[in-house]
Amino acid sequence: MRYVLFFGCTIPARTLDYELSSRKILKALGIETVDLDFGCCGFPIEAVDEEKALTLSASNLALAESRGLDILTLCNACTEMLAKAKLALEEDERRLGRVNRVLRDRLGLEYGGGVRVRHLTRVLYEEYGVDRIKESVSRPLIGLNVAVHYGCHYMRPSRIYKEFDDPEFPESLDRLVEATGAESLEYKNKMACCGGGVLNIDEEVAVEMAKMKLEPLSRRGVDALVLICPFCGIMYSRYQRLILEEGSEIPVIYYPQLLGLALGLGPEELGFQLNMMDVEGLLEKLGV
Amino acid sequence: MFSTLGKVAVEMVERGVLVEVSDLDSRFPDRILRQPGGEALRACFQCGLCTASCPISLIDSRYSPRRVIKRALLGMREQVLSNKFIWLCSVCFLCQERCPQDVRPPEVMTVLKNMAVKAGILPPGVAKIMGVFKTTGRLYPIDDFTADEREELGLPRIQEEQESVKRILGG
Repeated sequence: MRYVLFFGCTIPARTLDYELSSRKILKALGIETVDLDFGCCGFPIEAVDEEKALTLSASNLALAESRGLDILTLCNACTEMLAKAKLALEEDERRLGRVNRVLRDRLGLEYGGGVRVRHLTRVLYEEYGVDRIKESVSRPLIGLNVAVHYGCHYMRPSRIYKEFDDPEFPESLDRLVEATGAESLEYKNKMACCGGGVLNIDEEVAVEMAKMKLEPLSRRGVDALVLICPFCGIMYSRYQRLILEEGSEIPVIYYPQLLGLALGLGPEELGFQLNMMDVEGLLEKLGV
Repeated sequence: MFSTLGKVAVEMVERGVLVEVSDLDSRFPDRILRQPGGEALRACFQCGLCTASCPISLIDSRYSPRRVIKRALLGMREQVLSNKFIWLCSVCFLCQERCPQDVRPPEVMTVLKNMAVKAGILPPGVAKIMGVFKTTGRLYPIDDFTADEREELGLPRIQEEQESVKRILGG
């Protein structure tokens, strides 16, 4: 299993805990990865110029293809953009030709169609396997109750993710959480959208959307909200203080941080000190 | 007579909005159809499952993807492109999964947003992001503080600006 890592713009600048813990667990599990000088996936510019967004996605697919590697992503938005571009270029030869002309002229690259795009947790679920993760666990997180949040672009639109998880009732992340020994709770508004997509249009609406999940979850009481996308992370941790009252905060962590603890790694190497919400209670409960 | 009928038809779309038939752009739907993502616009039979599924509609009931599509089909170019609502789609894709006609409303919204930009309409929040994006090639530039923090954590150095992105965006 060998992949090239795709972090996108947000993770290396805003959620270093997610990047750090992902690198650590990949190493611990023996999944070989390399870094390449990727550019933006195109997501920020899609609303302005869809063709440019497609070209940006294609430039990254082409770069990975030039090294003969499949792409492992960590951000749901990047995953969706790259997978959507891959399909669009497969379905439309004329667009592929047009995009390739730009790539050749400006970057000396060409995309031939031979790259797979997979989110980290999809790789863990489908390729590495839940059973192998269970076998790798040295510190089972027994007694920990967490809420998972998939993030819309993780399994939607389903037409670009063929044969993956259910677009409305996914289960892969729940199973991955259970593999660590923790319990994944069913909860109200589990599939709600974080609102990140409209943050730069109407902050109030975006915060209202984050609230739809955080408020009932805070009443319910959970040890952590577990995420796999940095955009969702910004909404649920950075904006949490505007939504929940002091004393009712919910620790927000990324799945690799949770898995890392179960693999026996220390909280510091997993970036827990960088978390925006208080994680002390969570770590104390586990005795780490 | 025809004009009156037109007014009535549009009034049914949203009470209080009256449009002269002569102000409608009959070629507008075809322009949308020709863009990637807009191909299935005419398949919409207005069932409203998109609006019923929409998390934004739940927060602000004035937002209705069904209505945006109806107006687009009627040729209400001005009203569609200048309305903030096309930018309020959170792109959660729930409506796309459920649409019985495979219209792909979020992709239609993207087509409309692209058209609005071409017509000179760009929300301030998007304009701000585009400024940073075009000058640095990144959504969030790597400042000194972040670079130091990365180094302390033992994370690989990354370039402050992303040349390949700037090259694609340029011109």
